[in-house]
Parts: sequence; C-alpha cells; structure tokens
Amino acid sequence: MQLEYLSALQILTGVLARFWPVWVALLIVMGASFAFRKRLALYGELFGNPVGVVGVAICYFWLFTAIFADIIAPFDPLGQMLMMKDALPGAIEAESGQAYLFGGDRLARDIFSRTIYGSQIVLLIAPVATGFALMVGTTLGLPAGYYGGRIDSFLSFLANLVLAFPVILLFYLLVTPGIMETPIPYAMAGLFFLFPIIFFATLFYTRNKHRPVLLAIQLGLTFLIGGWIYAGLVFDADPLGFIRISPNELNIFVAVVFASSPGVFRIVRGLVMDIKTRDYVAAAQTRGETPWYIMLWEVLPNARGPLIVDACLRIGYTTILLGTLGYFGLGLSPESPDWGTAIKDASRLLRAYVHPALPPVVALMSFVLGLNLLADALREQSLKD
Amino acid sequence: MLSFILRRLGVMALTMVCLTLVVFFLVNLEPNLRRLSISQIDMRSSDAQIEQWLVNNGYREPFFVRYGQWLGVVPKQPVTNDAGEPQPRFSYCSGPMEPSYSGILQGDWGCSTKFRTEVEDKLFPALAATGKLMFWVMVTMVPIALLMGILAGMREGTRTDRSLSVAAITTTATPEYVSGVIFTVIFASWLGWLNGSAASATNQGITFNNFTLPVMTMAIYGIGYIARMTRASMVEVMTQQYIRTARLKGLGFSSVVIKHALRNALIAPFTVIMLQFPWLLTGVVIVEVMFRYQGFGFTLVEAAGNNDIDMLLGCSLVSVFVVLFTQLISDVGYAYLNPRIRVQ
Repeated sequence: MQLEYLSALQILTGVLARFWPVWVALLIVMGASFAFRKRLALYGELFGNPVGVVGVAICYFWLFTAIFADIIAPFDPLGQMLMMKDALPGAIEAESGQAYLFGGDRLARDIFSRTIYGSQIVLLIAPVATGFALMVGTTLGLPAGYYGGRIDSFLSFLANLVLAFPVILLFYLLVTPGIMETPIPYAMAGLFFLFPIIFFATLFYTRNKHRPVLLAIQLGLTFLIGGWIYAGLVFDADPLGFIRISPNELNIFVAVVFASSPGVFRIVRGLVMDIKTRDYVAAAQTRGETPWYIMLWEVLPNARGPLIVDACLRIGYTTILLGTLGYFGLGLSPESPDWGTAIKDASRLLRAYVHPALPPVVALMSFVLGLNLLADALREQSLKD
Repeated sequence: MLSFILRRLGVMALTMVCLTLVVFFLVNLEPNLRRLSISQIDMRSSDAQIEQWLVNNGYREPFFVRYGQWLGVVPKQPVTNDAGEPQPRFSYCSGPMEPSYSGILQGDWGCSTKFRTEVEDKLFPALAATGKLMFWVMVTMVPIALLMGILAGMREGTRTDRSLSVAAITTTATPEYVSGVIFTVIFASWLGWLNGSAASATNQGITFNNFTLPVMTMAIYGIGYIARMTRASMVEVMTQQYIRTARLKGLGFSSVVIKHALRNALIAPFTVIMLQFPWLLTGVVIVEVMFRYQGFGFTLVEAAGNNDIDMLLGCSLVSVFVVLFTQLISDVGYAYLNPRIRVQ
C-alpha cells in the first residue's frame, strides 16, 4: 500500500497546530510576566533584554511541552505502526488518519510524539538532579570556604578526585545493569538525599533557635516531607505509594548528582572565600552569631546571583550529560523516548535516513541554548546592580 | 616554585592511587566479574564452572592483594593448569611463570581480555591516534576561539560583540553528539563533500575527507567557552589605565590592541585552554565512537562495555594523568606568564 504524504506547508501548520496548548500557556505567562515585570525583581528585569526574553521563552516552551505532552503528541511514544517504518515526514497513518509529522523511525514509531515525550524525561531529571547537586555542593562548599584549613583540604581533595574522572568513564562504571544488583546506587542515593534534609534543618534551626514553637513546626515539616520523599526514593517504601522511582532512573540520578556536585562545591567554596572578608560578615561575627548562621543567612543570600546563573548553566549541562548517557545506551531503557537515545538510534542510520535524527537534535540543542541565553541575561542583569 | 611543583606531584600520585582504587573496586564487583568470566569461557557455563574459573585465575584473592599485584608491590602468582604446571593466565598474553613483581610500577600494564593482547600494545597506538585528532582539534579550535574572543571583547557592546557572543553561546549549547549529527547530515549526506566516517583514517592515514568532520565536531563545542573567556579577559584589559594612556598618547586603535592589550588579555585564556583537556577527553570518546575512529575513546568504550579490567585501569590512569598534568601545566604556566604572581 502506498503512503500518502502531507506537503511541507501542511507539515509546518500541522506542527504549529499540535502545539496549541503550549502557545496558549506561553502567551498567558509571558504576557503576565511582561505586564508585571516592574514588580518581579530579577526575573522581571529579564524582560528588558532581548536575549533574556528569548531564553525565558524557550525554557517555558519546553516546560509547557513537557506538561502538555499528552495533549500535543498524537501517538503513543512506544506504539509501532508497521506500515510506517522509516516513513518520511508527513506520511499519513491509515488507521487513525493522523500524520506522522516528522516521519517514522526504524521501529515505525512516530518521531514527533517521541520527541515530545522525550522532553518529559529531560525536564524531570535534569532540574531535579541539578537541585540535588546544588544542595550537596552548597552544604559541603559553605564549611570548606568558611573554615578553610583541614576541612577545606579534605573536601577539595575529594572534589578534585571526582573532577579528575572523565565523565564517560564514571558513567560507564556507575551506570551499568550489573551495579544495580549491588547496594552501591542505593547507598549513594541514601547519602545524597540526606543533604537537602540536613540543609533545611540547619537553615531553620540557626534562624529560629530562640523561637521553639516555630522551630518545632519547621523542623517537623522538614523531617516529615523530607523523610517521606527519602523513603520513597531510596527504599522505595513510600507508605502512600505516590513517590517512587525505578532502579534505572535512580541509578542515572545518582550518577548525574555525583558528577556535577563537585563543580557546585568549587563555585560555592570560591564565593564563600570571597564573601567572608566583607564587613557584614565581620559584624555578624562580632554579634556572636554561630558559624552556620553566618554561612546560611549572611553569606549564602549574598552569593545567590552567581549561584542562580550557575544553576541555569548547570541544568543545561545536566541535559547534555543525560543526552550522553542516552547516546551510549547507559541506564535508560533502549525503548525510552529521551533525546539522547533517539540521537543514538538515528545516528547509526544516518546514511539511509536523515529525518529521524533532526527533531531530537534540534530539541536538545534549543533547550540547552535557551538555558544558556537565560544564564547570560541573568549574569548581565546581576552585573548591572 | 620547585617545592610547589613537588607538592603538586605528590598530590597527583595520591589522587591516582585513590582513583585507581575506586576503579579497581567498581570493575571487580561481583556482577562484573561474572560477566567477564562468562565472556572468557562459555555462555552456558554453570555457576560452579564460573566460580572455578574465577578461583583458578586468582580473582578470588583478597581485594588489596590483587590491587597490590596490579600496582606491582605484591608478587603476582602464576596460574597452574590441570597438570599443576605454571602457565600464563591468558593464552594471548605473557604472564609470570614464577612469583614475581610485575605491576604498573614495573611497566607491566596487564592483559586486555577484550582485545586479546597486552594492554600496552593496544593502548599506546590508540593514544597516538587520539593525539593526532587532538592536535588538529587544537590547531583549529584555539586560533578561531581566540580571534572570536578578541574581536568581541575589543569593542564591548557593539553589534559584532553581540553577534559573536550569541554565536559562542550557541556552540556551547551543542554537545558533540548533536553537532556531529548536524555536520554529518549537512556535509556528508546532503552535500556529499566529506566522509561520514573516520574508520579509514585509522589504517589508511588521515585525509581532508575523512578527518574534517571529527575535528570540526570536537572543536565546535570548545570554541564557545574559550571565546567567552577570552572576551571577558579582553573587556577587562581594555578598561585598564594603561590602555587609556596608550590611546591618549596618540597610538592608533589597532596598535593599542595588538601591542598593549593582547599580551595581557591572553594570560587567562591560556589557563582555560589547558583546563579544556578534561572536557576534550569526553569529547574524544563521543567523537571516536560516532565516527568509528580507533583511538583512546574507542578503546575505552570497548573496554568498559566488556569489563576489560586491566584495560580500564590503564585508560583511567592515562586520563587522570592527562587531567592532572594539564592542571599542573596551567598553574605553572600562569605563574610564568603573569609577572605579578611570579614575583610573589
């Protein structure tokens, strides 16, 4: 049977039309942000800079794509329609009458839908893993920079140790099917996921030491929520069954956090060493504040500018790392629609078919570009102050 | 300065020992050992046979003894065959016939179970191949990046600056596996100018056709970063008093840039370029796998995929050495180039 095809223009309008929930959401959020930009501090200032607007728009685009993936994607990302094997862009699938807008891949799956669903994986893992890496790096970088001496030498040595590993080798050793039979990923997850709880507990404790009621509430909430997520992620024992993560994903997650927290550590340490010479730190020391109060409530808020910029860049870098994992077929299942795996599959067949490679490539590149532009605009704004 | 270098070398040795210990631990996890033994004997061997093989070949000896053997501080024991005679552990490698110290410190890198040869016979040719790739990458990447950074930073805020900056950001957002695909599609599939594979570069020698794509792909990711660092450094230098003085005494703009600004602006990028090597290592792996070039990265991936213990240890040793050594060079070079630090 002969496949029918849409024309190039029809493909373009089809793609634009499929994204309608994204356009609506984008219009509302960007419009609102622009209207209230005077009251939105640093975020609002981004809208005075064309680079910033483009960066924010691209990031929102992928965020909404991930949220509305079920509505946007016409097909199941894993569904195979035998007729559509290696179909060219715009081929119409006979049963549903819907078109494979970007064509079909080697296993006759819709490339458009797979790219859309791939954004969910990337936008879930990359920011959360970056968040954890920030927590780990900050919690260790603050004392290293503030106290210096032995603690600093020891922690810096550990950080340099991890940084001296080529990322690929680290991933090949840490993200293998074999390692999931050992307790190593769970032990590492158990260690890393402790840091956010420690961080927030210390944060509240140092601030509200003399207000026992408020402190009790805050600590109680921290331990309750933290413990709940901790049980769900590390032991897969969430009593409500709401938070769970597959061993594969946990393994990737741990490897990514492990690979990127030393970088955060170095930045935080450098910032703290700079900031601790300022007068307001000396004033706090004279007031008799405890070291951890000074670190968390005097130093850290003043280091937030560079940290936010670094976080943006780091989410982009984590996205690239995830892509690398996918490209080498590590961790994620071979069926997974994430961009790295898609690029790996497509790049092997580049001689025969070009079209399966382009959508995931453009998607990954544009998302990272958006984050980098955002980081650049943020840096420029924070330099102006 | 000498004590600084000596101290750094000491830290370097310590780091290498720690890292190889970690790698040694990870490659010797139970599932990995089983995988290795299955690949060496037979797919359908029973658990008892696997256990027997592991015991016979010394994989069941205590962890630190085996690490010591690899390092060369504990004597390696010969493997005995059924008749009780000593024989090398693997038929395709020479092994000790009597207990002897033969580890990394004695220059014995061990035996590659994947490539069925001595590690040094495979690893060093691969390194040489990667060296060629690295050389061409550096030759293209560094001048382009420096030029971009200098042009952008020379006059801050102009249209040239803005467009070059956006171009630099774009290249940092394109990892090798993305740019590799894009370049292959454009130059190999559509235009047909270049080879989409560098496999022929391994045995038939490097030509423009088979080597341009890998070099381009690797260079593009690094260019943006170096260019941005150069730009930042250049912008800073251009606001200095001595530049204003030079301008006020009537020198032309180009001569101020070339004679006064460049020398000072290029100190920081030197460090950055040196520190790019660890990143290039990751890039090498991706590019060599993508373009089927048989260098260090290709070897590493093959070794890792087959749990080739000695080869993986060799690879990690080499890469850690490269990373730490370039860091040392960048620190020493920075002090050498920057008189303000040298005097202190």
